Amino acid sequence: MPETAIRLDNLTRHFRTVRAVNNLSLDVPAGTILGFLGPNGAGKTTTIHLLLGLLEPTRGSARVLGFDSRTQGGEIRERTGALLEHTGLYEHLTAEENLEFYGRIWRLSPTERRKRAEELLTNMGLWDRRADRVGSWSRGMKQKLALARAILHNPPLVFLDEPTAGLDVLAAQAVRDELAALAGSGITIFLTTHNMTEAERLCGQVAVIRNGTLIALGHPDELRGSSAARVEVVGSGFDQQLLGILRARPDVTAAEMLNDRLSIETSADADVAPLVDLMVNAGVRVEEIRRGKASLEEVFLTLMEEGEDSE
Amino acid sequence: MNGDIQTVAWKEWKSLFRQRENKLKALLTLLMPIAVFAVYVPWDAGTHWTSGGTSIYAAIAIPMLIVLLTVADSFAGERERHTLATLLASRLPDRAILLGKAAFSIGLAMAMTLVILAIALLTVNFTHWEGELLIYTPKIVLVDLGLSFLIALLVTGAGVLISLRSASVQEAQQTLAAAVLLPPTILGPILLLVSRAKPELRPRALLGHLGETGGLMIFFGLLLLLAIALFALAMARFQRAKLILR
Repeated sequence: MPETAIRLDNLTRHFRTVRAVNNLSLDVPAGTILGFLGPNGAGKTTTIHLLLGLLEPTRGSARVLGFDSRTQGGEIRERTGALLEHTGLYEHLTAEENLEFYGRIWRLSPTERRKRAEELLTNMGLWDRRADRVGSWSRGMKQKLALARAILHNPPLVFLDEPTAGLDVLAAQAVRDELAALAGSGITIFLTTHNMTEAERLCGQVAVIRNGTLIALGHPDELRGSSAARVEVVGSGFDQQLLGILRARPDVTAAEMLNDRLSIETSADADVAPLVDLMVNAGVRVEEIRRGKASLEEVFLTLMEEGEDSE
Repeated sequence: MNGDIQTVAWKEWKSLFRQRENKLKALLTLLMPIAVFAVYVPWDAGTHWTSGGTSIYAAIAIPMLIVLLTVADSFAGERERHTLATLLASRLPDRAILLGKAAFSIGLAMAMTLVILAIALLTVNFTHWEGELLIYTPKIVLVDLGLSFLIALLVTGAGVLISLRSASVQEAQQTLAAAVLLPPTILGPILLLVSRAKPELRPRALLGHLGETGGLMIFFGLLLLLAIALFALAMARFQRAKLILR
């Protein structure tokens, strides 16, 4: 497998006047999980369709596992697995029959099909329900089965389109555990998700898109580190005058008072000690100081707000 | 490719009687034509069923009915049940998906026609026994099987095209039923009126010089051309990029 599993070069797709994907350029190294984040309608699903060769790009190109998505879609689909927006399971068939069908599609031998189905269904805790019609299953179980189907033929690259969307906390956690186990096996995963905790926990690289345009790319820690830091001060003696002084400082981007707490957002490299000195000198009784980086969710929201402002 | 076509047909076969909401429908689909075309009509027709050409009604109606019920479910159903995108994301070639589904519908229609013709033969022998076994003439067998195959192919081609444009199975079935039944419903009375008013325009009068076999060959040829044209159009339309956008 090439070192770069996916390479996008100014990938663009228009639907009449709508630019669903716009000049998207990025590399996904083999063996990593890329979290592809963006609000609804940002172009995540269209990007997956383009990468699988299901849609042709209007401009630019995508190479997946070394194959051109425009001309070698068949080669790409031969070597990848996909869990798309819907599970795509045949609900009137049993779990075994669903896997049997896709096992035949991937040309696994009857022995391989049986062995792999047993292995996957057992690992995902579905073996005892293998003879049930999938339609009678819970959504979490269906999602796990769809994941099993996507990796049935041991593909080196898997596309997962919001695999935990609409699941309850426990079911989502179970699917995340499966994804974490997959990540350890060296497979490359292209994961679209709305869940920032999921992206933070699973992804080695995160790409954020908005209106089809890439607006941030990096390791979750890098993205968090490049954005504002937060300082929370617990104590008494906060007043509007102090807030005004803090807000006027160049290293403070925001300051807010909530009962006995003062929440300050600073630039990523700001030193907290001068701020504490300033507060103590202004008569504040400081009881506790907590310092932390913004969460990926906060980074995401900030990026979305910046995008809105720039439009 | 052959293996892929068989895989798709295998899934269609598995799905046929497994849809709970369709069990009653599937049973009626099986029993109704048997009751009408394997029992009632041959009983009524007697020896005319095996040698006079009455069995042609079964050869037309059975494949039409079976394909009408299966092809829309097979194509429009994949979209309605949200399984199409995943299927298209697999390694299966477009052509294998189309041919696998079509082969299933046509195969089932042919099998059902054969079963009904066989049961009808038993009915005729049972109800009109005259001391010797009644069997189909070779010409009747050829005409019945050839016609049922062409009808199945024709309705499958139309069914694929209609299903690709339909949002649901029900819509596809209704449109296909209208497309299949309306032309004979409208053309039949018109042809009848024309041939009564001008007997020289009757098909028999026009094609009489060709004989029965020649006339049949022309009819089969036209049907085959129409079926091939529709099927070729369906193959041209059945492409991933077009399907994923709908």
